[in-house]
Amino acid sequence: MLAHLRRSFVASIIFLAICGLAYPLAGTGVSHLLFEHQANGSLTADGSTLIGQTWKSPMWFEGRPDGTVLTTGPGGIVVSGTNQPGPRSKALEQAVAKQAAALEKKGIVPTNDLVTTSGSLLDPDISPADAYAQVDAVASARGLPVGAVRRLVAKYIRPKELGFLGADHIDVLELNLGLARLR
Amino acid sequence: MSFFWTIAALVVLLAVSWRYLGSYMAAVYEGRVAYLGWLERPVYRALGVDPDAEQTWQRYAGALVVFSGVAILVTYVLIRVQGSLPVNPQHLGAVPPALSWNTAVSFVSNTNWQNYAGESTMSYLSQMAALTVQQFVSASVGIAVAIALTRGFSRKGSPTIGNFWVDLVRGVFYILLPIAFVAGLVYVGQGAVQTLAGPATIHNALTGTTQVVPRGPVGFMESIKQLGTNGGGFFNANGSHPFEDPTGVTLFLSFFLLLSIPFSLTYTFGKMVGSLRQGAALLAAMAIIFGVWVGFSSYAESRPNPAVAAAHVVHQPQGNMEGKEVRFGPLPTALYNISSTQTSTGSVAGANDSFTPMGGFGLLTGMALGEVTPGGDGSGLYTILLFALVAVFLGGLMVGRTPEYLGKKIQAKEVKLATFGVLVMPVTVLVLTAIAVSIHAGRAGPANAGPHGFTEILYAFTSQGNNNGSAFAGLSGDSTFYNVTGGIAMLLGRFAVIVPSLALAGVLAAKNVVPAGLGTFKTDTPLFTGLLIGVILILGGLTFFPAVSLGPVVEQLSHGKLF
Repeated sequence: MLAHLRRSFVASIIFLAICGLAYPLAGTGVSHLLFEHQANGSLTADGSTLIGQTWKSPMWFEGRPDGTVLTTGPGGIVVSGTNQPGPRSKALEQAVAKQAAALEKKGIVPTNDLVTTSGSLLDPDISPADAYAQVDAVASARGLPVGAVRRLVAKYIRPKELGFLGADHIDVLELNLGLARLR
Repeated sequence: MSFFWTIAALVVLLAVSWRYLGSYMAAVYEGRVAYLGWLERPVYRALGVDPDAEQTWQRYAGALVVFSGVAILVTYVLIRVQGSLPVNPQHLGAVPPALSWNTAVSFVSNTNWQNYAGESTMSYLSQMAALTVQQFVSASVGIAVAIALTRGFSRKGSPTIGNFWVDLVRGVFYILLPIAFVAGLVYVGQGAVQTLAGPATIHNALTGTTQVVPRGPVGFMESIKQLGTNGGGFFNANGSHPFEDPTGVTLFLSFFLLLSIPFSLTYTFGKMVGSLRQGAALLAAMAIIFGVWVGFSSYAESRPNPAVAAAHVVHQPQGNMEGKEVRFGPLPTALYNISSTQTSTGSVAGANDSFTPMGGFGLLTGMALGEVTPGGDGSGLYTILLFALVAVFLGGLMVGRTPEYLGKKIQAKEVKLATFGVLVMPVTVLVLTAIAVSIHAGRAGPANAGPHGFTEILYAFTSQGNNNGSAFAGLSGDSTFYNVTGGIAMLLGRFAVIVPSLALAGVLAAKNVVPAGLGTFKTDTPLFTGLLIGVILILGGLTFFPAVSLGPVVEQLSHGKLF
C-alpha cells in the first residue's frame, strides 16, 4: 500500500511534467513556427475570422442571431454554448418568430440558419443561401448594383473541404471586409 | 452525397487503423517495441519498478486504484489553488470545492463531464497541467485494464496479469503521445488556437464594436481529448467552438481519432489471444450496432426541428440547424455526436440538447447500452468482454453444458463477476435519476420544461455513469447536489467495472485451457455475434426502456405540442 502510494505520487509528477507541461509547450512552440497566424487565433484588424460577431446595421451582411443570446464572462470574454433550447421548446418557437420578423423588416426573406442559433453561439459563417437572401437588402442600403453584390458573395464561398467534408459556407467577416472594399 | 463519401472515407481509414494500429498496440503491450526505452527506463527507476516483474490481479488493481485516487487528489488541489499559480492571464480564482470534486473525478475517470465553462473558469495552467494530463493518463489506464483482461484469456495457469506501471507508461509514451502530437499540429494548422497569450481584445472599425476573444493552449488538448476518448473541451461549447474544430477537416479528424483506438483494440485482442476471428466477432457486434445508431440519428437530424417548424417562418431544407454550425451542417454533426456518445468520449460538434427528439434518443440510448459500441479507450473492450461472457453463459444454458470462452471454462464465479460488472451502471444511473426527480435540488436543474426536462436529468446520470461526459447542457449541473451525485456516478461507473474486470483477468489467467470439443459453442461465428448483439440490446433495452419512454419517446410522440 505504501509502495503504491509513493509510486502514485512520483508517477503523477512525471506525467504532469511530460503530458501537462512538455507536451503542450512543445506543441505551442512548433505551432508558432509553422502556423503563427492560426495559433494566435486567425486574427485580423477587425476580429478573428473564426469567431462570429454581431452585424446590426443593414449596411452589412449579418450572421446567425447568436448575439441575441450570447453571454460574457470575467473581463468581458465571450462564453460559448450557453443556449440550449430543446426541440419542442416554446421559447425557441418564439425566438425564431421574433428573429424572422426582424429580418423581414429589413427586407430579407428569412432562412433556416438566419433564424436559429448555433451550438457555439460564435458561428462565424453563413451558408451561400443565407448570403444570397441578403443581397437585395445590402445592395439597396449601400446604393450598389445588385449584380456586383451577388458576384461578391459568389467570390467568398468556401466549398466543402476536399470536396466532401463539412458544408459550403461563407465567412461573414471576410465577406463584409470585401464589401467594404467594393465601390 | 458528400455525407456518403465522408462515411466511406471513415470506414476505409478505420479499417487501416484496425489492422495496423491494432497490431502495433499488441506489440507495445507484449514489449516487442522499445524505441522509446531511453525515456521509459528513467521513469521505471524513479518509480522503483522492475519492468520485468509482473503483478497478481490484486496488486495490479491495488496499484490502479491507489494511483487513480492520488490523481483525483492532485487534480483537485491544482484547480483549487489555480489563483495563486502562474500561467493564468485571465486571473481566474479558485474553482469552488464541490465543482472541483466533480471535475477531478470526471477527468480521472475518463468521463470529462464539465459543470463549468472552461473559458471563464479554468486557468491555462489548469487546462494543461491538471486536465490534459488526465486525458492521457485515464485513457492509458483504460487500455491497460483491457490488455490485462486479454492476458487473462491468452495465458494458461499464470498467477500474474502484467505490471500496471509498465502498461500505464507504455500506453502514454508509445500510443497516445506520438499520435496526439501529430494530430495536434493538424488542428492548429486548420485554425485551432494554441497560445499562452491571454484573450485578444479587438475593436471592429466597421461596426464600432469591441469583442474579447478567448484563447489558450487549445489545439493540443483537442487531439488528446478525441484520441483518449475523453471529450472534455477547452471551451464550454466543446467541438462546436470554431477554435476547437475550425473546419470540416478537423471534424473528420475528430471522429476518426475517437473511434480509432476503441475499434482497433479488437484487433489487438484477437492478435493476443491468437485468433483474429475472435477479435473480428467482437468488432462486428460493435460496428453493426454503431452503424444502425448512426443511420437513424443522422436521418433524424436531417428532418426539421419541431419548434422551428411550429413558427411557420422558414423551410428547413438542410434539416435541424438549431444548435449546429453552418460549416458542418446537420449530418456530419450527427455523425460526430453519435460517434462521441458511443465511444464514451462525449465531445460535441453541436448542441445535443437541441437535437430532434429521435436524434436525442440516439445519443441517450447509445450510452445506455453500456458504452461497448465501440466504447471508450480500453473500457469498450473490457466491458464488451463482460457482455461476451454473459452471452456464452446464455448459450451454455440453452444447450445445457458448461460454457467456454476461448478455451476457458466459464463457471459460477466468472459469471457472477461479469454480471456484476454489467449491472453496476444501470443500477447507478436509474437510482440516481430516481433520487434527482424526487427531490427539489434535482428538479431545480433542467432548463427545459416537459419531457425534455426529464431527459436532461436522465441524460446527465447516464452520461456520468457511463464515463461519457456529453450533456444535454440545458441542465444546470453546477449545484452541490449534481456535483456530488455526479461524482459518485462517475466513480462507480469506472472503478466498479474495472475491479471485477481485473478479478476476472486474474481468475481466467490462472485457469488451464480445455480443448474445443464437438459441443463447444464457437465464439468466432456470425451466430455468436448475433447472440452478443442480442444480449447488449436486450439488457440495455429492458433496463432503460421505461425511463427512456418518459423522455425522448414521449417527446417524439407529442405531435404539435410545445413545452
